[in-house]
Amino acid sequence: MSAILPPTERLWWKHPLDRVEGTWIAIAFVWCMIMFFMMIYWHMYGKQNLSTETYKTTSEQFAAKAQAVVDKYTVRVETDFQTPVVAPPPGSDVYMIARLWNFWPILELQQGQTYRLHLTSMDYNHGFSLQPANINIQVVPGYEHVVTVTPNQSGTYSVVCNEFCGIGHHTMVGRIYVKAEAGNVQ
Amino acid sequence: MSNNTTYRTCPRSGLQFESQAEKLVIANAVAGVIFLLIGGILAIGIVLTRWPSVHWLEAATFYQVLTAHGLDMLVYWIIFFEIAVLYFCSSTLLRCRIATPKIAWLAFALMVIGSVMNNYAVYDGASSVMMTSYVPMMAAPSFYLGLILFAVGALIACFVFFGTLVVAKREKTYQGSVPLVTFGAITAAIIAVFTIASGAIILIPTWMQSMGWVEHVDPLIYRVIWWAFGHSSQQINVAAHISIWYLVAAVVFGAKPMSERVSRGAFLLYIVFLQLASAHHILSDPGMSVEWKVLNTSYFMYFAVLASMIHGLTIPGAMEVAQRAKGYNKGLFEWLRKAPWGNPSFSGVFISIIGFGFLGGISGVMMGTEQLNMIIHNTIYVPGHFHATVVIGTTLSFMALTYFLIPVLFKREIINPTLAKWQPYLFGLSMYFFCLVMMGAGTLGVSRRHWDMAFSGAALAYEWPGAAYLMMGLVGIAGIAAIVGGALYIYLTVGSLLWGKRVAQTKISSEPTPIPVGAPSAAAQSYGSLGFAAPGTFVLAMIFLAAFVLYYFINWKYLSTLWGLS
Repeated sequence: MSAILPPTERLWWKHPLDRVEGTWIAIAFVWCMIMFFMMIYWHMYGKQNLSTETYKTTSEQFAAKAQAVVDKYTVRVETDFQTPVVAPPPGSDVYMIARLWNFWPILELQQGQTYRLHLTSMDYNHGFSLQPANINIQVVPGYEHVVTVTPNQSGTYSVVCNEFCGIGHHTMVGRIYVKAEAGNVQ
Repeated sequence: MSNNTTYRTCPRSGLQFESQAEKLVIANAVAGVIFLLIGGILAIGIVLTRWPSVHWLEAATFYQVLTAHGLDMLVYWIIFFEIAVLYFCSSTLLRCRIATPKIAWLAFALMVIGSVMNNYAVYDGASSVMMTSYVPMMAAPSFYLGLILFAVGALIACFVFFGTLVVAKREKTYQGSVPLVTFGAITAAIIAVFTIASGAIILIPTWMQSMGWVEHVDPLIYRVIWWAFGHSSQQINVAAHISIWYLVAAVVFGAKPMSERVSRGAFLLYIVFLQLASAHHILSDPGMSVEWKVLNTSYFMYFAVLASMIHGLTIPGAMEVAQRAKGYNKGLFEWLRKAPWGNPSFSGVFISIIGFGFLGGISGVMMGTEQLNMIIHNTIYVPGHFHATVVIGTTLSFMALTYFLIPVLFKREIINPTLAKWQPYLFGLSMYFFCLVMMGAGTLGVSRRHWDMAFSGAALAYEWPGAAYLMMGLVGIAGIAAIVGGALYIYLTVGSLLWGKRVAQTKISSEPTPIPVGAPSAAAQSYGSLGFAAPGTFVLAMIFLAAFVLYYFINWKYLSTLWGLS
């Protein structure tokens, strides 16, 4: 009789479907398949797919590689902490360290060019939240995540830490400058 | 066979309560409500700190309060109440004694000790690690130990529930299959066993690391396994609150499931596929392959989403069929207009169904899409989503059930029926608004678990757009309104228990009265239109689908404008 009593028909699984249920299940099933294949479609034709290229690393190894790039391509320093601004050539490997409580160094990239951005954390989990574009990537200690990025707009971007990492979490903000393409100065 | 216990038949509902089971249901439900009260008080601190123009608490206090709020609401309030629901759905609905009441009390004791120990660790100050407690950030050992003890207690309670099903079967208190609501509770309990086992697998080594016995728990493996606990525990809620929706539809309307086969099949899909959702939390992580992400985030080709969409139709559909049978047959929506909107059990469940589907469901599928996850991961969109699922979905359903249980289980009249009538609207609708503005702020990028959106003291501060500040201000206002709604619930529940008029009782017997065998009902429906038994519900479902499709593709459109990533 009702949902809180045993079904009155012993063979309830033979009870016919009402049309409203059958129709809805068919529609919902088609929609589920569309959503499923949309993800696969985007991997083939979409331009925003997060790389899964990952290596095990240690903070010493990663820091050494990041330092080498900083030594080679630093163009100036900014802020009271003398944070280097690094402008590596297009197509190259660039490194960003997340640690309590900053992102280091500042990057200067060129619009329309592709870079291999290496991310890791020196201590706790951190979050790489690129603003105002709103691209968010988890940064996990011990793992070097290589994300291939192609900035499509020039301007000043901030990297906000959006994974809780302790009392100074709200001061953890980094920066990426994107310079306009030659002949397309805004 | 009577095991020195007695059976009370409620004069109002006809439900039969075994005295041991009754005490256990009461104890677990009351413990749950106490944690809801604590969690609600903590919510004041969070809301008033994230409201940018108020920015009340200090950073350290804020993170401490946020950790405790998450645990008290998502774990303790909900699981205590769920254990009460499990006992109710087995012993009460099947009219049998509860299996091993002493062990059930042991489970309760473990859960109380664990939850108090874990709470104490947070208030003590050295465990502000958030509910997720991602390693290598470490809390005090008692933080993990408390959680583990609680989990063991809950696991034992699940097995008492399974034992009770065996008792009912063996003592033949019912014939044929268990009721649909009990079937839903079984789904919840099976998911709970998987969930709690995952929690133990990862929290035990983490506790050992906090004791210095284990050197290193891998941060990425921690995240993967922890979420098999953290997200799956919310799937227990889904199974439990959907069972409650069916229960309230049955109690308020005498509604019969449109088709047992469809509703049970949908629960079965939950058992098989729902746990995969824990992968949603790892979508923006390094390490996992694309194939793993796509297959898991889609709960294996969205079969669990399909199940939710089925329940979303069949529950209002069953209400519509029952209303039409009573003669509310005019047009598409007379059945809905003439529904008992003044009955808080019904209004609570209906607000819950709509909010869970439109706000929680659509946002959940969007954010659980592999590529789309990047535009909301760890933003305040995420709590916006799960307040829609867990607060509007689960908590509001539990509140609605409470209004039914106060006279039936606690044997008291509700002290202020007028206030009770308005409570689901105040709480539910302010939560709707709260979730919407939170998701709005998250769409603009605002971080979750963040003390200061002005970044005071940062060398390279970022300036959020004005709209983000506006949204967070509205989060504050809506949050306060919802907290007032929650406080009303606590007042009504506790007040009724303490001062409510006693409901006259009759009939206490030493033997259970088995459930009478019902006569099979005719399958043919003679009402509805276009050959549809529930045309109004179908129209609502199509509106839902349109909103879903539109919102889904808007997000893909936005994603396509972003930096190239490969």
